[in-house]
Amino acid sequence: MSADASLAYVRTESEPRLDPPLFERGAIAWVRANLFSSWASGLLTVALLAFAVWCIPPLIAWATWKAIWVAPDGALCRAHQDGACWAFIAQKTGYLAYGSYPEVERWRVVVTELVGLALIVWLLWPGAPQKRAGAWGLFVIYPVLAFLLLSGAPSLGLPRVDTLLWGGVFVSLVTALVGIVVSLPLGVLLALGRRSELPVVRLASVIFIEFVRGVPFITVLFMANNMLPLFLPPGWEPDRFLRPLVGIALFSAAYMAEEVRGGLQTLNKGQYEGAMALGLDYSRMMRLVVLPQALALVIPGIVNNFIGLFKDTTLVAIVGVNDFLAAMDNAFKDTLWAGPSILPTGYFFAALFYFVFCYAMSKYSSGVERRLSVGNKR
Amino acid sequence: MIQRGEGPPRAKHGARVAKSWVNDPRARGLFYQALLVAALAALIGYAWRNAVVNMEARGIPLGLGFWNETAGFDINMSLIDYSALSTYGRAFWVGLVNTLLVAAISIALATPLGFAVGVARLSPNWILARLALVYVEIMRNTPLLLQLLFWYNAVLKALPGPRQSLSVYGVLLLNNRGLYLPRPIFADGAVGIAVALALGIVAAVGYAYWAARRQARTGEQAPVGLVGAALVLLLPAAAYFLLGQPVSFGFATLSGFNLKGGLQLFPEFAALVFGLVTYTAAFIAEIVRAGVLAVSRGQSEAAAALGLRRSLAMKLVVVPQALRLVIPPLTSQYLNIVKNSSLAVFIGFPDLVLIFSGTVLNQTHAAVQVMAITMGVYLVISLAIAYVLNVYNARNALKER
Repeated sequence: MSADASLAYVRTESEPRLDPPLFERGAIAWVRANLFSSWASGLLTVALLAFAVWCIPPLIAWATWKAIWVAPDGALCRAHQDGACWAFIAQKTGYLAYGSYPEVERWRVVVTELVGLALIVWLLWPGAPQKRAGAWGLFVIYPVLAFLLLSGAPSLGLPRVDTLLWGGVFVSLVTALVGIVVSLPLGVLLALGRRSELPVVRLASVIFIEFVRGVPFITVLFMANNMLPLFLPPGWEPDRFLRPLVGIALFSAAYMAEEVRGGLQTLNKGQYEGAMALGLDYSRMMRLVVLPQALALVIPGIVNNFIGLFKDTTLVAIVGVNDFLAAMDNAFKDTLWAGPSILPTGYFFAALFYFVFCYAMSKYSSGVERRLSVGNKR
Repeated sequence: MIQRGEGPPRAKHGARVAKSWVNDPRARGLFYQALLVAALAALIGYAWRNAVVNMEARGIPLGLGFWNETAGFDINMSLIDYSALSTYGRAFWVGLVNTLLVAAISIALATPLGFAVGVARLSPNWILARLALVYVEIMRNTPLLLQLLFWYNAVLKALPGPRQSLSVYGVLLLNNRGLYLPRPIFADGAVGIAVALALGIVAAVGYAYWAARRQARTGEQAPVGLVGAALVLLLPAAAYFLLGQPVSFGFATLSGFNLKGGLQLFPEFAALVFGLVTYTAAFIAEIVRAGVLAVSRGQSEAAAALGLRRSLAMKLVVVPQALRLVIPPLTSQYLNIVKNSSLAVFIGFPDLVLIFSGTVLNQTHAAVQVMAITMGVYLVISLAIAYVLNVYNARNALKER
């Protein structure tokens, strides 16, 4: 055996494994494949890197170490114009968050916001228990609670706060929440109406949905603001804040209806037929079989709709509602803080606020979408 | 043997049970519909009565009589003749033309930008794809109104005055009164250039048609792009020189405290178009990306197997299939541009909503009529675009076997 081994010309042990060539592994390979795959790509990379270096560090410098963080008024910010004026935002935080809501009553806003947040997280958290109770809470109990807390109920010891004083982030949130809380049930009804077998019901739903979707949101707001008082009996003067809320609820209901209709359409026909075979009537079939599945399918769409709605709430400023962006614009008018760095700072801050909010929701929505598509793939 | 239906249920003694109409689905359907019609009619009638009473009480005119009254306000930008002595009806047309102008320019600019960003999102170059992603996310996740206010208040209004205009070789000038482009000045014979251009376009289309027919018949290819470009560019150029250069350009120059000459784009207009274009382009980019990704990989692999170059494979195989998916959402983005142009109200650009639902409504108080007309205009535009889209979809629907 040992003699044979000495004669063997075939190797008995393998050569030590070499690493791939230097250019084909690790960071270098990645850079070659993704940044310098060709001459054109390489030139593009250099140009874009130069662009990034040109604009990103100055922006960070502007927002951080060149910025003025603490100042009693705008004088310091006027002296340092190449940095943001965060002191302005800090000074106006109360106004930007609550508008002119009386300071001693602001806890009511905070409580309303926290309860709403808790309910929404409950409903959107995948696998949270007792979602039915959560839905009742958000769509039935919460609106009453929020109304009593925010608007006030003297009998409960909560002084009334006129809506003229409402403003800031909290008004934006209220507007968006009213939009979603009213428009979701209304949208479901409209979607069912559009798929109904009764021609009159279908026609009425189609006309409403297509009409609202065909006109700009601003005109709906104008209509709610100028025409609603005309359509009500003489002497009824709806609240200045209530009018745009009616507009936003009707507006988003039409978009919600189309979203829900998409869910109803993707649902397998066998589900309807199975429910009918079990002898369920229309309302039970919808409530117990169709809607639970259809609504679960359209959660991403509903969240995307909500993002749009939240961005659209900025438009209510046109009818005199002091939402976050309007409050920011009002804060600009403070002559104490006037200066060239105030506007960029304010818009940057507002953009950051909306971005964080919308980006988080869109990430959530695409996460749900991925989970749903995993479930549907077999 | 299969038991067929046994007819209406029978009671013990064999007598038919009278079928109550309450359990008849058709009767119930009719009843519900009648109920809905009655409820809607009552609601609308009630609202209408209230409106008439309220409007009479407030002295608001009921008809469209205001249409021919003198408007009495000025509009700083109008493409058709308008002065403060013109009628409200004239003001309406000014607003409509401005809205359509903004929408048309924004659509024309947002489409190529959106396609470019969408393709950049798919680029193998990592840094380009990342930058495109950042652009798309920022644009899509902040309100359009915020962007418009930023461009208008924080950028354009903060520019230096006319004396310190930012200048690109004196051709483009930018200051806080707007953007100044060279203004074409037409002399006699300028019409000839337009005629030559029209001829060139007709000839190019005709040539492309002829080439396609010939290729279908014989398989021979023709340089359609090159010949078409030559026809469209060279014919007007030839006309320009033959007619003795009838078009010249006037550049903006400083005179006194302001710029004179040139084509001035008001800052409101510039901010609105810029904001709409950059915002909508992000959405178009995502549509384009989704469309390209939806074309299955096997299609481009098959094209490569047939020996098509990458560019040809894109042009002949991927893009035609992606377009079918891209066009419907793209049209709805166009519609969004038309609707979003109403945000002009916030920065004071005189569009339909600002002039008509704003100023005219405030002066005449004819809220119902004015809002009905405004919404009707947008509705007609929407329905027209939807109709065109339906025709397109019907023509290009996947022919399933």
